Amino acid sequence: MNIPLFYSLRSIWQRRMTTILTLGGITLVVFVFAAVLMLANGLEETLVETGSDANVIVLRRSATTELVSQITRNSANIIKTHPEVKQLPDGKPLASTELNVIINLNKKGSNDMGNVSVRGISPEGLLLRPHLILTSGRMFTFGTNEIIVGKSLAEKFQGVELRKQLKFGDGQWTVVGFFDARGTAFESEIWGDVEQLMPAFGRPVFSVVLFQLRDPADFTSVKERIESDPRTQSSIAKREIDYYRESSQTMSMFIKILGLVVTIIFSIGATIGAMITMYAAVANRTVEIGTLRALGFRRRSILGAFLFESIVLALIGGAAGVALASLTSLIRISTINFSTFSELAFGFVLSPGIVLASLIFAVIMGILGGFLPAARAARMQIVSALRAS
Amino acid sequence: MFVLRLVLKNALRHKLRTSLTILGIGIAVMSFGFIRTIVTAWSAGVEASAATRMITRHAVSFIFPLPLAYRDKIARIPGVDQVSYANWFGGNYKDPNDWKNFFPRLAVDDETYFDLYPEFLLSTEDVEAFKKERNACIIGAKLAREHGLKRGDLIPIDGDIYPGEWEFVVRGVYRGKDATVDETQMFFHWQYLDERVGQTQPMRVGNVGWYILNVKNPDEMARVAQEVDAFFLNSRAATKTETEKEFQQSFVSQSSAIISSLEIISIIIVGIILLVLANTIVMAARERTREHAVLKTLGFRPFHVIGLIGGESMLIAIVGGALGLALTFPVVGGFAESFPTFFPVVELQIMTILLAVAVAVFAGVAAALFPTIRTLRSRIADGLRAVA
Repeated sequence: MNIPLFYSLRSIWQRRMTTILTLGGITLVVFVFAAVLMLANGLEETLVETGSDANVIVLRRSATTELVSQITRNSANIIKTHPEVKQLPDGKPLASTELNVIINLNKKGSNDMGNVSVRGISPEGLLLRPHLILTSGRMFTFGTNEIIVGKSLAEKFQGVELRKQLKFGDGQWTVVGFFDARGTAFESEIWGDVEQLMPAFGRPVFSVVLFQLRDPADFTSVKERIESDPRTQSSIAKREIDYYRESSQTMSMFIKILGLVVTIIFSIGATIGAMITMYAAVANRTVEIGTLRALGFRRRSILGAFLFESIVLALIGGAAGVALASLTSLIRISTINFSTFSELAFGFVLSPGIVLASLIFAVIMGILGGFLPAARAARMQIVSALRAS
Repeated sequence: MFVLRLVLKNALRHKLRTSLTILGIGIAVMSFGFIRTIVTAWSAGVEASAATRMITRHAVSFIFPLPLAYRDKIARIPGVDQVSYANWFGGNYKDPNDWKNFFPRLAVDDETYFDLYPEFLLSTEDVEAFKKERNACIIGAKLAREHGLKRGDLIPIDGDIYPGEWEFVVRGVYRGKDATVDETQMFFHWQYLDERVGQTQPMRVGNVGWYILNVKNPDEMARVAQEVDAFFLNSRAATKTETEKEFQQSFVSQSSAIISSLEIISIIIVGIILLVLANTIVMAARERTREHAVLKTLGFRPFHVIGLIGGESMLIAIVGGALGLALTFPVVGGFAESFPTFFPVVELQIMTILLAVAVAVFAGVAAALFPTIRTLRSRIADGLRAVA
């Protein structure tokens, strides 16, 4: 026969002060655990959503980022004419030859310098990113020194204002619009006409070519074609979504490894806290345990009741930790992405997987903290337990 | 003396609980020390920068090169004692997705670079051997250990910024003057880079990533920076000159969000230490409510009670803190050993140790606060009547 569950639940309430202190410890650990996962997840989502499955990005082979990639005008022209490239109604390829460079701007508030990504695009570049919407001002005019700026960037950096000029490269650039890109990496970029930006930065070559597939299933054949063509064989084609996923990997691995290793280490501290509480619970209730045993409850039931008590305690702490962590989704942080060397704004993003992982983590803490005390309770001799004062 | 003995006896009354608390605090203090070490490792480059060096780079950002012709012009500016230059080479060594294979690769001016960086200790034979060979390179001792490289070995690099297949032969291994020096870098001849680039991309000949200026008198630095930048203001490439410390700091501050997150985690750990300790002290004080009432009846003063509860809290906190610190050394050492290139310099600093001690003392005081106040306020009669 099992001990009624509310025996365990009432017991938790009986010792409020210790319970709250123990809960606090578990809550804090689960909070950090969940927040670390949310941050890595937010970074991955920001970058993965930046890319599209139907777009293909062509970089120079061995270039892991746009920044160090170089594609000559000749290669770009060849790549654009492949039959797998989608055509616009006027017969032009839906492809954008792009430049990606980094400039320094100062952050608001701290005056710290930040690396900002500047992207030069062809007129088709906008059609390739339909999720980009202008929130104020207007689109830049091709052939002029006008630029548009991502929303996150405009919030964080000095001097980025509508109709104001920014000086970089060989020229003055007028900000004519701000854009929203649904929280993706583009929101941390400055966009302008590639043909204006290349000479301004003294760059004779493009960084990448981006094009849309006529049919997403054509990817393998066009990849094969580009990488085997002797004129473009020093290039590599990737799905845009994969390219951005890869550029999130270094950083999200870093966050996860460092964050989780540290969290798991100090969770041992909080588990020990739970263990102390459970040992005290067992010690305080020695006579009760003796009585329960005398009433005919089995050792196994005693073990189960105390373990259950500890798991409930951990679960409440875990739920509180997740709830606290979910508040961080209001925060957006901006930091350098190690793979692209440029500033990237992203947030903490909660997912069902993270909630589950955090609760499982809490339960493990509960089991580890509760098992030894529960075993001690189960091992007690009826007579000596009843005699204890 | 009497109170001290009582504190010790009290602490030993629940041996299991006391040792668990000490262990819990020890592990948390260790995590605290570890995180603080990571935070300091982040800015190791700033700490290691020399007071006599300045960096001149392209004003737009570090990815744009400066012409080699600037060297002589910079050298003529009063206050500049010597000029050297370097390029970030980048490239991929083996699998680029394995961060173990990432280490800084710099093309440097073989005549001057090591004069400006006396903290890289090199034997004369190594320098001679390096200078004799076009594709020779010098690597840091830690890098050599990590990848099992020795003099005469080849390092193949797949170029990205400078496309092509590159092969460098190790001719020297440098050591750092002290523990703050990054021993994970690789240096090779700038002249070799320039020649090879010229064969395929003649437009990129004579490009320098940044200049390193030796300015012996720190008071002159502000003026030198201003003069250098003013001189090139209207040239094809405007410059930005700053002290090496500022230059390093600007890289560190770009990941300030990550550093702040780590700092927040370290504060949360302090909270956990406090909760674990407070739990034990609250329990102990509650169990002894009656004893404390008896002590009060016998005429013991409030400070005795403060001493008893606070003393036990401090004792556990300090022993736990000491255990934590003792654990921090092997953990930091183990981390530095297993991830040698993750952070170039991982060192447990005095400041970190002091902070960890301060955290333990703070927890000791704070945990005792609430139970002490409760005990002092409780009436003797209630205390005597209490059932633990």
